[in-house]
Amino acid sequence: MLDIVGNVLSFSFYEGLVFGLVAIGVYLTLRVLAFPDLTVDGSYTLGGATTAVLIVNGVHPFPATLAAIGVGLCAGLVTGLLNTKLRLPALLAGILMMVGLYSINLRVMGGANVSLLRQVTAFDKVAEVLGLSHGSIVVSITVALAIAAVVFFILNWFLRTEIGLALRATGDNEQMVRSLGVDTDKNVLMGCAIANGLVGLAGAVVAQGQGFADVGMGIGMIVMGLASVIIGEALFRPRGMARLLLAAIGGAFCYRLFITIALRLGMAPGDLKLITAVLVVIALAVPFIRKKLRHEWIPPAVRW
Amino acid sequence: MSQNKSLLQLRGIAKIFSKGTIDEVTALDNIKLDVNAEDYITIIGSNGAGKTTLLNVIGGVFPPERGGKVIISGNDITGFSEYKHATYVGRVYQDPHIGTAAKMTVEENLAMAVLRGQPRGLRPATNKQRRELFRSALAPLSLGLEDRLNAQVGTLSSGQRQAVALVMATISKPALLLLDEHTANLDPRTAQLVLDLTEVIVQREKMTTIMVTHNMELALRYGNRLIMMHEGKIVVDLNQKQRAGLTIDDLIAAFEQASGRRFIEDNILLRR
Ligand SMILES: Nc1ncnc2c1ncn2[C@@H]1O[C@H](COP(=O)(O)OP(=O)(O)O)[C@@H](O)[C@H]1O
Ligand SMILES: [Mg+2]
Repeated sequence: MLDIVGNVLSFSFYEGLVFGLVAIGVYLTLRVLAFPDLTVDGSYTLGGATTAVLIVNGVHPFPATLAAIGVGLCAGLVTGLLNTKLRLPALLAGILMMVGLYSINLRVMGGANVSLLRQVTAFDKVAEVLGLSHGSIVVSITVALAIAAVVFFILNWFLRTEIGLALRATGDNEQMVRSLGVDTDKNVLMGCAIANGLVGLAGAVVAQGQGFADVGMGIGMIVMGLASVIIGEALFRPRGMARLLLAAIGGAFCYRLFITIALRLGMAPGDLKLITAVLVVIALAVPFIRKKLRHEWIPPAVRW
Repeated sequence: MSQNKSLLQLRGIAKIFSKGTIDEVTALDNIKLDVNAEDYITIIGSNGAGKTTLLNVIGGVFPPERGGKVIISGNDITGFSEYKHATYVGRVYQDPHIGTAAKMTVEENLAMAVLRGQPRGLRPATNKQRRELFRSALAPLSLGLEDRLNAQVGTLSSGQRQAVALVMATISKPALLLLDEHTANLDPRTAQLVLDLTEVIVQREKMTTIMVTHNMELALRYGNRLIMMHEGKIVVDLNQKQRAGLTIDDLIAAFEQASGRRFIEDNILLRR
């Protein structure tokens, strides 16, 4: 019994760290930039596909993983350009990118999937260095923790710099930011690029962890990221940059934990989407009910 | 007024909205204006006279129609994006929500403002020295905001927010300050406080200022030059000497003479 609990917890911890990258990406676009970016489903797969293809073609897994960040950045940049230069609504720009990237991902992989069986992945490299057996959960957690920690420290620093502050302000009051001399279009591009770079990185890690990249691996990633952000906000009610970032990761952990438990309890994988939807509704209802109980005024819902 | 002293030169400024449709409006009609350094101009005019549109052209929200020119401190910035105009122009809007970012703290808002016209880099956005600067800029407001640097701006009252917006517009000492009915939405006491603070900052920094107001009394009390707008044109332009000793009734008479219209008090916002 304890064994099972330990397994479930450590596996969810690993997944929470990896999908925490997606959650941070969604947090950056949706919350920081107020830009509902649906590119995520496509850029996640793009990251996984790119890294898998590079590894199969003999590239060292570390640069192959970094390449996933690069392609994710580019995908986000295009979404941002569609929005700022062609003035497409953010939602439409993201949907078009998601659809377009599906075909691109098929081209990148030259098929529906790429197997990494018998390939040396970043996990194997780290296992070698640590002298641990391949496929051990300790290795998975070490890799995921290292990546998440680096991302956390860089973002926590960057978002407090002069450029980072202007980025955050853009999502809060774009008109004000422009009237203070900042090119807000550039900030939208930068935010979308960083977010999708992180999402691409998550795809690359997951592909190596599961041993394959698949054209369908990114489906529902945006909803999962959204669920993580919202659960994190409902549970931890974070204030301040560092806590907001940690809440996204914490939300991803809780989300994966719920899902893993649901599966263990014998729910069919097909039911997971419904569970996700219900979780998001519950997480959104918590602050609503809390305010209702305190008789606070609640603004009407936004409708973008 | 000698040409070369002008801080702001507007030449042939026109603005037509919804061109070619039945809704076509000529909001600005061939405006020529020279603003000298350290001028403090008050602008009055009926609702829809084009006052806000004029400030929007100066602030670069949209360019004037072809042929118009906006020159600030000798630089022709016609058609430049709004964020480039911001190097020279600080603005306070009628609505305090436009001038401040609600979800950010007072300190973060000011940290955004203090870098107007400077390149932003990877230095921390706030530091001890800047915090001191913010405190000393907020202290004269006597609103206690200097001790609330970490308060979210959204939790402040409208008056406090507008005071912060005013400090934000001026803290980097832009060449030109534009105020668009910036006290119209405030209760009388806070409005007076913000007006007093405006006066203090404008005098202390010798800031060139254009203040739009719908209150004739304010227009006469503040500034050294008074402009009246009507249907997109400047119809009255009084310098300090011409303005001295004028009453509100004199202004109404001047308006009626220049515009060829009776002054109707209700449906125009030129309140006494
Ligand atoms: N963005 C816009 N689109 C269409 N018409 C506008 C716009 N802004 C202002 N107008 C019109 O231009 C005229 C001048 O408006 P405005 O400059 O706001 O007047 P004021 O500030 O003097 O009250 C009005 O008729 C107004 O309806
Ligand atoms: Mg107006």
